[in-house]
Amino acid sequence: MKKLINSPDTVVADALAGVAAAHPSLAVDIENKVITRASGPQAGKVGLVSGGGSGHEPLHGGFVGYGMLDAACPGEVFTSPVPDQMLAATRAVNGGAGVLHVVKNYTGDVLNFQMAAELAADEGIEVVSVVTNDDVAVQDSLYTAGRRGVGATVFVEKIAGALAEEGAGLDKVAGVAREVNERSRSFGVALSSCVVPAAGKPTFDLAESEIEMGIGIHGEPGRRRVPMATASDLAAAALDAIRADLPLSGDLLVMVNGMGGTPLLELYVVFNEVRRYLEGQGGRIARNLVGNYITSLEMQGFSVTVCQLTDALARLWDAPVDTPALRWGR
Amino acid sequence: MDADVFRTWITTAAGVIEEQRDHLTQLDAAIGDADHGINLARGFSAVVTALETAAPATPGAVLTLTGSTLISKVGGASGPLYGTAFRGAGKALGDTADVDLPGLAAALEAALAGVQRLGAAREGDKTMVDALAPATGAFSKAIAEGASDADALTALAEAAQAGAVATISMQALKGRASYLGPRSVGHEDPGAASTALILGALRDAALAGR
Repeated sequence: MKKLINSPDTVVADALAGVAAAHPSLAVDIENKVITRASGPQAGKVGLVSGGGSGHEPLHGGFVGYGMLDAACPGEVFTSPVPDQMLAATRAVNGGAGVLHVVKNYTGDVLNFQMAAELAADEGIEVVSVVTNDDVAVQDSLYTAGRRGVGATVFVEKIAGALAEEGAGLDKVAGVAREVNERSRSFGVALSSCVVPAAGKPTFDLAESEIEMGIGIHGEPGRRRVPMATASDLAAAALDAIRADLPLSGDLLVMVNGMGGTPLLELYVVFNEVRRYLEGQGGRIARNLVGNYITSLEMQGFSVTVCQLTDALARLWDAPVDTPALRWGR
Repeated sequence: MDADVFRTWITTAAGVIEEQRDHLTQLDAAIGDADHGINLARGFSAVVTALETAAPATPGAVLTLTGSTLISKVGGASGPLYGTAFRGAGKALGDTADVDLPGLAAALEAALAGVQRLGAAREGDKTMVDALAPATGAFSKAIAEGASDADALTALAEAAQAGAVATISMQALKGRASYLGPRSVGHEDPGAASTALILGALRDAALAGR
């Protein structure tokens, strides 16, 4: 398997060195694997920390900067970071107003962030955790690990980050983060597998004519395998799944996200099909993102995330942001 | 059993996990995200280094250091869960210099309790608990029935192994494999498999150290 790496063992550290070299606005602690804003903690501002396995870039490190995250902790590829990293990040961004942990609902992320929050509390840092769980492909029940946190995490980080930047308190920032998560749903489709560098071979095998519906962001399989179909049919299948759980009328924030190996050309084809479908439901795409925001290494495929906007959420979405991966209004 | 036996346990376990690294990762690829062997091998290799550097003096200290190193180095769900297991066992041993089998059984019970508290998994959920719980039960039972040390340790390792194999027919209700629903049936749980390897290493180290 061909990969642009020096060694599977150093891929995360080597990439972090690249991030540091490319983005002077970020401070990158390569040894402890923590990315923070170079400007340091801001007194009186709620700090936002997120993190998760590597391989989903630009999530989360690409969203560190003005109007979004204060710190990100990248783990090994597809592996949650460890509590030490999260604690270091939490300390580094604590401006005295408390720290919000944005956690994707995966068992590993949840357990490690839980341990980190307890350690931070022992040091007197107030931490609130918001767990995102927007993936409708997973049945949400008491008898599973629950729905996965995927695309809505980008919306949560942007909107909660904007509110924190305005000086809101920890409760308010956590509240808007939960609100965005509750109003958002996602569904993903994979056309191909991905290759974890240390494993060196595809995580799963898909026949040339097959696709996986309801894929997660780690190559973990989804709801079912089906024959390949047109962009129009696949967009409809994804939105049918979302519609079962979230009304699609009114003003919507919509992300058509590439899984890492999908040409932007194709993402725009999908976006147009998504627009057509939503208009048929009485929905209006008031804001959008089309591109690679929460990826799964080199996987081909896409996910759709829909968030029901309110005027307040739209205003926070439009607020200035200045990060490596999202930048406007400043 | 003194600190050396426990050190031997951990280094033996590290060796077996390194040997079985690809197998564990393949099990994980089927129902998870293809990194269990890679992560545990990385963690145990760090543990071996930590044990050489710090040279903890008591069995409890060996296991506590093993646990905290796993929490710091592994990540994923395995780091907190295996780390909590070893830390729980280490704390249960206190500063005893020489651990007898009932003491070891109590430590394993503490490990199980810690894992279940953190991960909220029950027996039958297709997780590491399905190896750890029957192993602990069989070990305590054998001791209570007056089995020889060798027989009790063998009961421990064999129940863990049987428990891991029994996960094949289970549907996962916890962890990443639960996303698969019925499609998780037919695959051995990687966490149960690695737990059985670790407990097999315990039997080998304890028998060799008697």
